[in-house]
Amino acid sequence: MINVYVPRDTSSLSMGADEVAIAISKLPTDINIIRNGTWGMTYLEPLVEVETKKGRVAYGPVTVSDVQSLYDSDFLSGGDHVLCQGLTSEIDYLKNQDRLTFARCGLIDPLSISDYLNNGGFEGLSNALKMSGTEIVDDVTTSGLRGRGGAAFPTGIKWNTVKDASGTQKYICCNADEGDSGTFSDRILMECDPFCLIEGMTIAGIAVGATKGYIYLRSEYPLCKEILHEALKIARSEKYLGSDIRGSRKSFDIEVRIGAGSYVCGEETAMLDSLEGKRGMVRAKPPLPAHVGLFGKPTVINNVISLASVPIILAKGGEYYKNFGIGRSRGTIAFQITGNVKRGGLIEKAFGVTLNELVNEYGGGTYTGKPIKTAQVGGPLGAYLSIDDFKLPLDYEAYSEKGLVLGHGGIVVFDETANMLDQAKFAFDFCAIESCGKCTPCRIGSTRGSELLDNLDVEGNMALTQELCELMDTSSLCAMGGMTPIPVKSALKHWPQDFEKS
Amino acid sequence: MIDMDKANEVINRFKDLEGGLLECLHGVQQAFGYVPKETVNVMADAFNLSRAEVHGVISYYHDFKTNPEGRKVVRICQAEACQSMGSRGLTERVKDVLNIDLGDTSADGEYSLEAVYCFGNCALSPNVEIDGKLHARVSSDNFEALLKQGDGA
Repeated sequence: MINVYVPRDTSSLSMGADEVAIAISKLPTDINIIRNGTWGMTYLEPLVEVETKKGRVAYGPVTVSDVQSLYDSDFLSGGDHVLCQGLTSEIDYLKNQDRLTFARCGLIDPLSISDYLNNGGFEGLSNALKMSGTEIVDDVTTSGLRGRGGAAFPTGIKWNTVKDASGTQKYICCNADEGDSGTFSDRILMECDPFCLIEGMTIAGIAVGATKGYIYLRSEYPLCKEILHEALKIARSEKYLGSDIRGSRKSFDIEVRIGAGSYVCGEETAMLDSLEGKRGMVRAKPPLPAHVGLFGKPTVINNVISLASVPIILAKGGEYYKNFGIGRSRGTIAFQITGNVKRGGLIEKAFGVTLNELVNEYGGGTYTGKPIKTAQVGGPLGAYLSIDDFKLPLDYEAYSEKGLVLGHGGIVVFDETANMLDQAKFAFDFCAIESCGKCTPCRIGSTRGSELLDNLDVEGNMALTQELCELMDTSSLCAMGGMTPIPVKSALKHWPQDFEKS
Repeated sequence: MIDMDKANEVINRFKDLEGGLLECLHGVQQAFGYVPKETVNVMADAFNLSRAEVHGVISYYHDFKTNPEGRKVVRICQAEACQSMGSRGLTERVKDVLNIDLGDTSADGEYSLEAVYCFGNCALSPNVEIDGKLHARVSSDNFEALLKQGDGA
């Protein structure tokens, strides 16, 4: 019996992984097909791996029409083929990463709890169950972990606030509303290692005294929903969730709630309203959600990757995690290299790597082969970077000094054909479509901004655009209106020629 | 007239879920393909809300439809990563092929075309979803073939 891995995540399925799995299963050999997650080398999907004595040998990207020639080349013994990438663990793209949070993605069958346990799973929880809430929070504080959703707020401080808040009912809310274009690290984590998120949320619950968690998942991720439901069921039956977790007398359980296509519901307070079954309107702060959160109760709100980074911190200690990274940006961050790039995918690296390394070395330049014009870093509310800024170290402080944001680690590459007026106008249009409408600068400003850019030949409109950007930046209620000027201003600053009338 | 027994059955499943209106709306939409206006009163009663509040939630979210959709639903990503790989041109092509605009359903009820802001498959742009199946690296040339897949053609 030969073990063959064919991934089952959204990316590989969108490139025909199911069809490839069927074709391989029809080969006249005794084959055991394991549906693993993706390693994040999206450009090679579907990446088929064969278990050999030397290790797992990778072939990709495989289409149904390649299966016969792979068989003829004896790929089932690791034979050579034009699609052969060698041993998976030796592929440069993967080998040179710092895989902490994503260590199991691609390696395991996402729904096999024994795979999870055999690869370090639940070690963090098992340690946490022997610790006090304060000790757990201290360990997370020591690690230097900051919110990976985009705001980069220190996770330990947030947890401490909720731990110290009074109240009999507290909640852990996982923000899985990964709406930024150019990001999919949450999706990969949930599809490929769902127990890791479950473990992280459970540790958070034990630390702050919450017994109930919610995962607010965007509706665009139906496979995540399916996999999470299955994983929750398994975790409950194995006593990793529910009452009396592993005989500890501690209780925690998780429910998945599905969003409905609203970008601004990724903003934490809008997410709370949406979780409560309301319109996703942003709330004014204070009060902080840590004091008055979901259903008015003290609530920890963390992004998927923040929570999924907790198990390794508790397993290996805050000091271990802290040893990765630079300055005040500790640990690793999952970058997602996307858009017009030859080798797109997920790259988990310690902070401090540069865009040049990610886009040119890992990414191999543009997909179209044309010169790079820019990359938008940090999602729709992030800046378009000039090539000069590609040499900056990717860390929170170095970026914010320049008015840039890392956000959720999404990097969208554009070649020279990109028109920056179009991109700036899209920033306003997107804000107009997705604004919750609670504050005027965002609700009205976005539409006025789009109109201004449509009529730049009218004298004074360029100055008005700048003024509007200033206003939205300083007086919007949340990041949606407040940061929409960032992509607009960066486009105006670096590519003024794109805004001149033709 | 819709099947009110079915509507009641679906809504009853969710009415005790704390803050469960969104989940209920997803359930109703799954059962009927859209959220029929006849169900608004029932949901308002079940969740102890006003009809206006229920309407407010339905109209806030892009996902909830108040009319039946086309037999085939095409959703095309309009966000930046797909833009960088030519989604603007692809969208024009798709509109031409289906002969409808974004947000519309064709007069014969055959197609609906919707804008989506990111499927989270941005390393394989541009992305188009047809009847729930996501296709990556879609081009103006292969869109029609993808559209015909699953028709038994």
